[in-house]
Amino acid sequence: MTISEATVDSMIAQLDLPANIVKTLKEDVMKVGVTKKELEQIIERLGQSYRYACVEPCEAVGVVSAQSIGEPGTQMTMRTFHYAGVAEINVTLGLPRLIEIVDARKQPSTPMMTIALEKEFSDDRDMARKIAWDIEASHIENLAEITTDLANMQLIVDLHEKTLLQRSLNIDDIADKLRDKLDVMVKVSENIDNQIVITPNSPSYRELLQLAKNIHSITLKGIEGIKRVVVRKEDAEYTLYTEGSQLRDILQVDGVDVTRTSTNNIGEIHEVFGIEAARNAIITEATDTLSEQGLTVDIRHIMLVSDIMCCDGEVKQIGRHGISGEKASVFARAAFEVTVNHLLDAGMRGDYDELNGVTENIIVGQPIKLGTGDVHLIAR
Amino acid sequence: MNDIPSIPKRVGAIKFGLLSPREVRKMSITAIITADTYDDDGYPIDMGLMDLRLGVIDPGLKCKSCGSRAGECPGHFGHIELVAPVIHVGFNKTIRKTLRSICRNCSRLLLEPEKKREFLTQLEESKDIGHLPDDVINEVFKEARKAKSCPYCSTEQLEIKFEKPSDYIEDGHKLTPTEIRDRFENIPDEDVKVIGMDPASARPEWMILTVLPVPPVTVRPSITLESGQRSEDDLTHKLVDIIRINQRFQENRDAGAPQLIIEDLWELLQYHVTTFFDNEVSGVPPARHRSGRPLKTLTQRLKGKEGRFRGSLSGKRVNFSARTVVSPDPNLSINEVGVPYAIARQMTIPEIVTSRNKELLRMYVQRGSELHPGANYVIREDGRRIRVSEINKEELAEKVEVGWTVERQLMEGDIILFNRQPSLHKMSIMAHMVKVLPFKTFRLNPAVCPPYNADFDGDEMNMHVLQTEESRAEASILMLVQENILSPRFGGPIIGGIHDHISGLFLLTRNENRITKNAALELLRKSDVKDLPEPSSYSEDGEPLWNGKQIFSQILPKGLYLEFPAQVCFKCDTCKKKDCEHDAYVVIEDGKMLQGTIDEQAIGAFKGKILDKVVKEYNPGAGAKFVDDFTRLAIRGVMKTGLSFGIADEDIPRTAQMQIINILTEAEDKVKALIDAYEAKELEPLPGRTLDETIEMKIMQELGKARDQTGSIAGMQLGLENSAVIMAKSGARGSMLNLTQMAACVGQQAVRGERIRRGYAGRTLPHFDEGDLGADARGFVKSSYKSGLNPTEYFFHAIGGREGLVDTAVRTSQSGYLQRRLVNALQDLEVQYDGSVRETRGVVVQFKYGEDGIDTTKSDYSKPEAVHRIVRMVTGKEVN
Repeated sequence: MTISEATVDSMIAQLDLPANIVKTLKEDVMKVGVTKKELEQIIERLGQSYRYACVEPCEAVGVVSAQSIGEPGTQMTMRTFHYAGVAEINVTLGLPRLIEIVDARKQPSTPMMTIALEKEFSDDRDMARKIAWDIEASHIENLAEITTDLANMQLIVDLHEKTLLQRSLNIDDIADKLRDKLDVMVKVSENIDNQIVITPNSPSYRELLQLAKNIHSITLKGIEGIKRVVVRKEDAEYTLYTEGSQLRDILQVDGVDVTRTSTNNIGEIHEVFGIEAARNAIITEATDTLSEQGLTVDIRHIMLVSDIMCCDGEVKQIGRHGISGEKASVFARAAFEVTVNHLLDAGMRGDYDELNGVTENIIVGQPIKLGTGDVHLIAR
Repeated sequence: MNDIPSIPKRVGAIKFGLLSPREVRKMSITAIITADTYDDDGYPIDMGLMDLRLGVIDPGLKCKSCGSRAGECPGHFGHIELVAPVIHVGFNKTIRKTLRSICRNCSRLLLEPEKKREFLTQLEESKDIGHLPDDVINEVFKEARKAKSCPYCSTEQLEIKFEKPSDYIEDGHKLTPTEIRDRFENIPDEDVKVIGMDPASARPEWMILTVLPVPPVTVRPSITLESGQRSEDDLTHKLVDIIRINQRFQENRDAGAPQLIIEDLWELLQYHVTTFFDNEVSGVPPARHRSGRPLKTLTQRLKGKEGRFRGSLSGKRVNFSARTVVSPDPNLSINEVGVPYAIARQMTIPEIVTSRNKELLRMYVQRGSELHPGANYVIREDGRRIRVSEINKEELAEKVEVGWTVERQLMEGDIILFNRQPSLHKMSIMAHMVKVLPFKTFRLNPAVCPPYNADFDGDEMNMHVLQTEESRAEASILMLVQENILSPRFGGPIIGGIHDHISGLFLLTRNENRITKNAALELLRKSDVKDLPEPSSYSEDGEPLWNGKQIFSQILPKGLYLEFPAQVCFKCDTCKKKDCEHDAYVVIEDGKMLQGTIDEQAIGAFKGKILDKVVKEYNPGAGAKFVDDFTRLAIRGVMKTGLSFGIADEDIPRTAQMQIINILTEAEDKVKALIDAYEAKELEPLPGRTLDETIEMKIMQELGKARDQTGSIAGMQLGLENSAVIMAKSGARGSMLNLTQMAACVGQQAVRGERIRRGYAGRTLPHFDEGDLGADARGFVKSSYKSGLNPTEYFFHAIGGREGLVDTAVRTSQSGYLQRRLVNALQDLEVQYDGSVRETRGVVVQFKYGEDGIDTTKSDYSKPEAVHRIVRMVTGKEVN
């Protein structure tokens, strides 16, 4: 008597239920096997239960969400902890991180990337390590000892052979790169192995010291801004964690699994992938920050915050320079911050305050148009 | 009787604008010309700053302008005719930008006509989509400034420099406000629109003042000191200054004084007007009171937390509220609050007299205001309010008529709002039913402490008495405690058992308690239980005995099915579920608890699985009843066994102490070895870390391990019958860490996650050698709290403790600001009837709330389990 998959599909196709419920319903029904009558009954009961669980119109969901995220803030720690309990990369966590997300900062205080690798690299430690060396920005101090030779007015760079090998660099490449960037005479020493001699254009102390300083800022290999790369095995798969974030450049690297690589820099995600990705990034980052502190906050609240930050097509800050500063109401803006300027501007422009929001109506002293205040009874 | 009170009018919108000189004169009741306030007899001088026509502040007097008394008269503006125009400080920025973008000759905006049209349409567009016009206007100014000469009269434009506070210098020549005003006057209306101003309500020349409105005295009331001396408001002082200088200016100019003096006076007038508006302008020395305190002028009154906007308009002070200390009373329902008689006598609820309640209300009036359920005021039909006193109570009671209003005292069963600051979430204000009790504190069931975040160490809470029928209806439907058991934050219970509730039920339900009939009835005395189930066993002499699980089952609702692992669960690799040998798997069938132990997972706040289920599957009322019942049962349960903790409970045997000492010395040796290796440069650095960081981390690890080992030794010695262990394991209070710190070893003290290293050069304290990296030199506390800390340990412990305090202080202010910003940004969002979330302008933020439209407190219904359950119920077949 059980009905076929096609009938089930046709019966549940038109349901006004969230997709995940419909999906579980179908799975369950297929597993158990039901008669048409039973399915009808199930659908009716589900509909009832769903309608019961729906938010009621006029509910002030904004305030509830704001409180649900703000209230646990008091229980969070201030300190930055090590990433995932491993003493390798420091990441801002807790309240400072939450503030950072909500502030929509262009640069987080500790940018970090999680780079997933494609199959052939992720299984092999050495291959993963190789990518890591390709990505990590190599500076001269990582590979060499630099001595300033004042007598001969030159810089002597003694390269460590081992590190060179490890990072698959060779002395000529380095010399070329240095010559290119510094625009001075760079010579590979002939008598001593692995030595480069750099002579400034004019033999002055200032120039020499300047050179000694500048040489440190040159990226010899890898991606600038990626300060350190750590390879870790996670669930039978090697993954790279980086200090510093350069999403656009990393995505170009061979062997990087573009679909699973991410960064904690929301601004960068917005730039590279667009606003929808940024919205999702805010949700995941905020959820992770909260759950890391052992706080459970319903995802709907975080979604709402993320949506209001992103609903104009750009990531806007929660605060004076973002949402609160762009409100329609003069009173709402004045009651938040920079009171006097908003009033003066409003006067100058001849603005109207339509008194639709919460603060405005509180100020004027009348019921707010939210919740029970938004319902009117009319006597017939 | 028949006139229905008219519906109060609603303010539809408020328009902002600048005051034109004409308007200032029009709204002024008089010009103010004398700087003096009172004459020798103490009578306000006519056309002075305290002119009687400006309004009244003294009680008993009547306003000369409108005839109303103090409190009714809103006050009336006056005005000062300024001898020469001055700039309004607030508009300096706009004046500067405008000056630079208009022609110095013909005053037209320095843009081509089509450019103007373009900007105008842009302005329209941004207004249509509800955006602020700031960006467009700035663009206009930027474009217009680029012009070298006027496109209309071809006059060459000169660079205008702005010098703080309010000087405009054009090509070395200072522009006087008069000159600026002249230029602004000539800007055509169409051009004014392009720079974002509305010529009808704000002409640019109005930013330069020629007439100064004088605020009414009600805005700047003077206060009479005890000595009978009058003390004037800051604003009045400032106005006196302005009038004085204005007069002197006039005299000097009339007398034909030299240009230099005129300019000086002009500048002085500008200074006083500037500080009248804003006394914190950068570059302007603030005007001071005689005592040296800076004056609080207009801007200072408006801005900031205590300013008019945040302090008086967004936050208002209210009547019908009370505040006192809170204390616990487990015998109250969670929906109730104990209100002291003293407060109940003061707080009133207005009740309109009808034919049905006339006798009752009359009785209240007759009892007067002294005897508790009495009345404090009656309001006659004509609106007169009469206080009920001992003298007139009989007489008033006689007179009470239908249509009068009696303000009766607060009584048992009334609904009130109860609040504890900081009000961080909606559960910080909940509605309770009043229970009038003796003594002087508010009493509440300790189970409602978590949502308020209250404890009883001296916390005070506020009560608000609702005054209208509508508000009481809303409060009882939406705000009653039982309606808020589930937190919208995570959809679980935020109300639940704490401390003794948990340990009480834990002690009752664990093991096979043998409870006699008398004891059982005593335990369930306060719960609404009629009869006991079949006894579980009989004693030797045939007396029936029950166990704790049976007793607990009595307060469970019928038909409850639930299974879950308890807090005491050992987290075995494979859970044996029903066959758990630790009795840590709770099984409830048809409202009967078959096995397991009740602890935090079952009834605790934030966690309580049983409570969660009861509220969701039955109703909030059942949930509240369950909480009431289990709190009462728990208190009796804990009284039956008794639970106490003393210093002797931290005792551990000598052998264990020796073991602990051994572990610690061993750890110290290991640390020493590490340091030796480090000094000999034999230590391999961890990848990506310096040598210094590596050694620190290794030492921390070693010491942490040692502390944990000592902890587990102490934990073993204390055993499961130790009351502190019972509390920690059941989740009632404290943790095993707290315990081991008391009994075994306190452990490493840290600052910013590192061992302590600051102090003297190279060492933390003079007791150690320079460069000593050893455990005790860097804040490792070997002692336990019981054995006592040695002086250096004590000091390090204080350092660690201080960090915690600082952290909390910083965190509260930071998270408070975060909360304020979040609330401010999201407060206008509302679910519409079509399920979308929109803000005031109608901008859609979400098309369907939370992508599925489900309320967070009911989010369980969107989970797959809900579907499984329904399928199971209909088909009778198990899904999984």
